Amino acid sequence: MTPSPARSRTPSAAEGGRRTVVETDKLSLTFETADGPVHALSEIDLRVEHGDFVSLIGPSGCGKTTLLRAIADLEQATAGRIEVNGVSPHQARLDRSYGYVFQAPALYPWRNIERNVTLPLEIMGMSRQERADCAGKYLELVDLAGFGKKFPWQLSGGMQQRASIARALCFDPELLLMDEPFGALDEIVRDHLNEQLLQLWDKTRKTVVFVTHSIPEAVFLSTRIVVMSPRPGRIIDVIETDFPRDRTLDVRETPAFLEVAHRVREGLRAGHSYDG
Amino acid sequence: MIAGLDRWCVAAVALSLAALLFPPVAGGGWIEDPGVLVAAVLVIALAGFFAWNGVTALWHSAVLVLLVVFGAAVSLDLVHSMDGGDRAGSGFWLFNLALWAAAWRGIDGVAVFRSVDPRHQKFVNLLAPAAFGLWMIYLWEIATVGFGVPQVLLPAPGMIGERFLGSLDILWDDFRQTFLKAVLAGYIIGCGSGFLISILVDRVPFLRRGLLPLGNLVSALPIVGVAPIMVMWFGFDWQSKAAVVVIMTFFPMLVNTVTGLAAAGALERELLRSYAAGYWQTLFKLRLPAALPFIFNALKINSTLALIGAIVAEFFGTPIVGMGFRISTEVGRMNVDMVWAEIVVAALAGSVFYGVVAMGERAFTFWHPSFRERR
Repeated sequence: MTPSPARSRTPSAAEGGRRTVVETDKLSLTFETADGPVHALSEIDLRVEHGDFVSLIGPSGCGKTTLLRAIADLEQATAGRIEVNGVSPHQARLDRSYGYVFQAPALYPWRNIERNVTLPLEIMGMSRQERADCAGKYLELVDLAGFGKKFPWQLSGGMQQRASIARALCFDPELLLMDEPFGALDEIVRDHLNEQLLQLWDKTRKTVVFVTHSIPEAVFLSTRIVVMSPRPGRIIDVIETDFPRDRTLDVRETPAFLEVAHRVREGLRAGHSYDG
Repeated sequence: MIAGLDRWCVAAVALSLAALLFPPVAGGGWIEDPGVLVAAVLVIALAGFFAWNGVTALWHSAVLVLLVVFGAAVSLDLVHSMDGGDRAGSGFWLFNLALWAAAWRGIDGVAVFRSVDPRHQKFVNLLAPAAFGLWMIYLWEIATVGFGVPQVLLPAPGMIGERFLGSLDILWDDFRQTFLKAVLAGYIIGCGSGFLISILVDRVPFLRRGLLPLGNLVSALPIVGVAPIMVMWFGFDWQSKAAVVVIMTFFPMLVNTVTGLAAAGALERELLRSYAAGYWQTLFKLRLPAALPFIFNALKINSTLALIGAIVAEFFGTPIVGMGFRISTEVGRMNVDMVWAEIVVAALAGSVFYGVVAMGERAFTFWHPSFRERR
């Protein structure tokens, strides 16, 4: 199957004038290794509009994390064009225009939760008072009020990851890049955090690019699902969804949800190159 | 029957009974030493009582410990009141074995004591090691005096203590010369420069390849070779000793800090990168805190190395003051008790120095997995 971004590039009238936050044009990325070049990304055309929640889904090694890292200027594209907020990813990083949530919380153990959350503000030179205000606000937002003085290792894995989300939000970037943030958590905690994240997205009107390999997670969270396949990493399907913004986990029982999930699964199966 | 009895108390009773069959001083009798006789009878009575009833309450342990203290006091009195050529007899040693059994039981009873008040618990936790140390010193004392060991071979602790208290002014001068001047100056300069150079080495890749092997070489130099050269370069006073200490402490600090600066994880670094943090921000917010456990490791290693280095260096030329100087001259004059007094000073200074660094470590790296449980 060939990449067919055009199929999904039919914005409705309501979305008409939205600003493009991330745009890639025939983006390719090749790692030079001792065993020869590895084509992590091949001719990726992706467009993320303001307010989108875009999930990148695919099997391990399909380049979904690499794509996210290229957007964040943590990897350099070898060919093609990529723009974040209309400028290069490097400039976007210097402008501090995105918050990145890693697979692990990556909280600094010598800082308490509050000082971890305000670390980016400290880097950006904000005053102590501003930092304290932000910490209170965003810890509340991720349901961690009262845990500011605790140290990361005194909290559960789910709480640590929520703190890292608060850290990514606290300097108010409009783009949130999330790399399997709930991958290491059990399903019950993950469901709960998915619901919270959705509410957060609804409340803050951020643009989110979310990497996952869980189909229900992708379908539940996204306005658009980008299905990728490995070797070389490419987009094989882009699926728009139109669930209400204030949906709850119950939406997963509806036929519409199952239909989208089915289409994602079909896409993943079609792109599966292990058989051949 | 025996199974229900308290074993240590039974041993104490049996050993005391056996002790009464032998003379306390070689060639003497029990009548001449009523103090030890009374103590032995007390041990038989009280340990016998506890053998039947068990040591179950804290006050039982306290009674046993008091009994041991009394027995030890009369034993010390006995060995010190012996005439010149006399030796302690089998009865005396058997009685002390009995005391040992009683002491074991008593301290054991204290050591298992658990209190909800952390201050009580802290006190009890200190009691067992303190009692063990005191007991070792006591054994040393009665063994050297009781067996009549020549003081050149091993002076009794009491004698060392006497000499220690009698020469406080000399010891203080030596301590000031060696520790407060040479060790501290060398330690601060050595650790400080090692730290600063390691940041430079970390920043400039060719230095890492060029300087680290050279540092390795310097650290491998034998101190007895370096010390005379330093004396020639920096003179007889403390500066040359400080220079030796600098050479000894520089490299552990350099290697540990360079390793520590690489200890921060990839995600943690990328996080700062995503905030467009600069080199110095990354250094101070992430890499130095992550390196702290390594830096404190070097500080601890160096705290012991520094004292050794300064003392040994003083063997190669010094003004007529300093711990190493004192040790080398007093050995020559067969004043072994003075040598031991200096050793006590060195042990105390070294322990306190290490302890202070270790406390700093715990305060600054409380977050490290090896300290987390204690919070």
